[in-house]
Amino acid sequence: MLAKRIIPCLDIKDGQTVKGTNFVNLRQAGDPIELGKLYSEQGADELVYLDITASHEGRKTFTELVKRIAREINIPFTVGGGINELKDVDRLLNAGADKVSINSAALRRPELIDEIARNFGSQVCVVAIDAKCEDDTVHENGDPRIDGDWVCYVNGGRVPTQYRLFDWAKEVNERGAGEVLFTSMNHDGVKHGYANAALRRLSDLLTIPVIASGGAGTKEHFRDTFLNGHSDAALAASVFHFGEIPIPQLKQYLHKEGVSVRL
Amino acid sequence: MPNNPPLSSNIHAPSHSDAIFSQKGYSSPICEQNDGFSAVLLENMVAISLKSRTFVALYEVKANKMNIAIIKYNAGNIASVENAMKRLGVEPVVTDNVELIKKADRVIFPGQGEALSTMEYLRARRLDEVIVDLKQPVLGICIGMQLLCRHSEEGDTPCLGVFDVGVKRFEPKSHEEKVPQMGWNTVENTKSDLFEGFEKPEFVYFIHSFYVPKCDWTIATTNYTLSYSSALHKDNFYATQFHPEKSGKVGERILKNFLDAVH
Repeated sequence: MLAKRIIPCLDIKDGQTVKGTNFVNLRQAGDPIELGKLYSEQGADELVYLDITASHEGRKTFTELVKRIAREINIPFTVGGGINELKDVDRLLNAGADKVSINSAALRRPELIDEIARNFGSQVCVVAIDAKCEDDTVHENGDPRIDGDWVCYVNGGRVPTQYRLFDWAKEVNERGAGEVLFTSMNHDGVKHGYANAALRRLSDLLTIPVIASGGAGTKEHFRDTFLNGHSDAALAASVFHFGEIPIPQLKQYLHKEGVSVRL
Repeated sequence: MPNNPPLSSNIHAPSHSDAIFSQKGYSSPICEQNDGFSAVLLENMVAISLKSRTFVALYEVKANKMNIAIIKYNAGNIASVENAMKRLGVEPVVTDNVELIKKADRVIFPGQGEALSTMEYLRARRLDEVIVDLKQPVLGICIGMQLLCRHSEEGDTPCLGVFDVGVKRFEPKSHEEKVPQMGWNTVENTKSDLFEGFEKPEFVYFIHSFYVPKCDWTIATTNYTLSYSSALHKDNFYATQFHPEKSGKVGERILKNFLDAVH
């Protein structure tokens, strides 16, 4: 049976991981490769490296880093951040990334998705969507913000667009994306769980896998997004980086709870 | 530079150890960007120094005294296979040079891509005829496996016909089954030396929309919408639908088994 995937996300600035970690056994806590290897050994199913550098020099550093990751990491990894055009995709895939994640660039020019799919195949094209529900109504089952108006944002969640989550996700699917990575801005950083109602609706709407992002705080949150949100994969950052949820224990827990995971 | 460089080894060794290799009867070709086994045979030279690193390199050469050719064509993901081989201590050559492919001890036919355009590329370079005539162990990966079959529904493409079986498109039976299958799934009912050491169903990494049905050459099965062939073996031809180069330690074991294959 196809396993649900656990995906740690590493933010990279100038070639180093940004968020601190309390892994004492790492030779260099900020080294993205050391951390990636550790996660891989612990059972992470994929890795996401997000370049949050703004400068041109930083981009070059990131490309060099991608080459090193490709040489040393033996599981699939996705890279994102600052991908604006096809030549950025080409550069990062050539450096050895398995997939690229695009976000604002796709909303500004949706044809980029078609171009990536046509030139490199759908499987490399992850479209990340940051969306915020404008309706703060809490549903009677305690799950907030179910059917409200989900507005897609660009520029790291700073600028709202005319696009609505479910319409945009459907379009992304039809244009040839391989996966959708949905981050609920309402849930991100709050650690109260993923936006499972919206995720479930996405999963039912789309024919491609959906990655849940934003809100993981406990092991139960992962279970819920797989069992209730129908997510194909769950991405998280701080709960892994700070050792709050060790991946081996998380996977054992999910296995016991009836979620298909790779052990 | 000899026209037919010796192919006894293609480990990329540090130059100071060349003398040691030749003294022991090994050549130490230096793989360059030009796809050639550009070998430098330094005969009749004496050892200059016996640094410990040299000894390590020497033992690696003995263990992997083998030329690996990775077929270069218009499919993605080829660098991942090259990186995986390097992690195993083997220096492969990525080439579309017919002579180099024919002479290699092992040939890997990797890739992610689309059937029709890749077959057209192979035919245009006569690589189609070369591949089916190979006598050494050959490993097809993902699209490489599908191209080794008779025909693919993808683009209604006649393929190489090593395995007399047709490649079909997944027909999802529920909304939980997305196409492509993307992620980790188990290989079961494994037989053949490719899975030497496997005692239980192990997880490996898949990305594909088309599959090979179970047939006479099936050496592993996987369940996704139905039970299908996740690996094939016939004479000197091995093939996996999954990506061993992205499947962590399990994948490394499969690649090692392939290097050890006697067929």
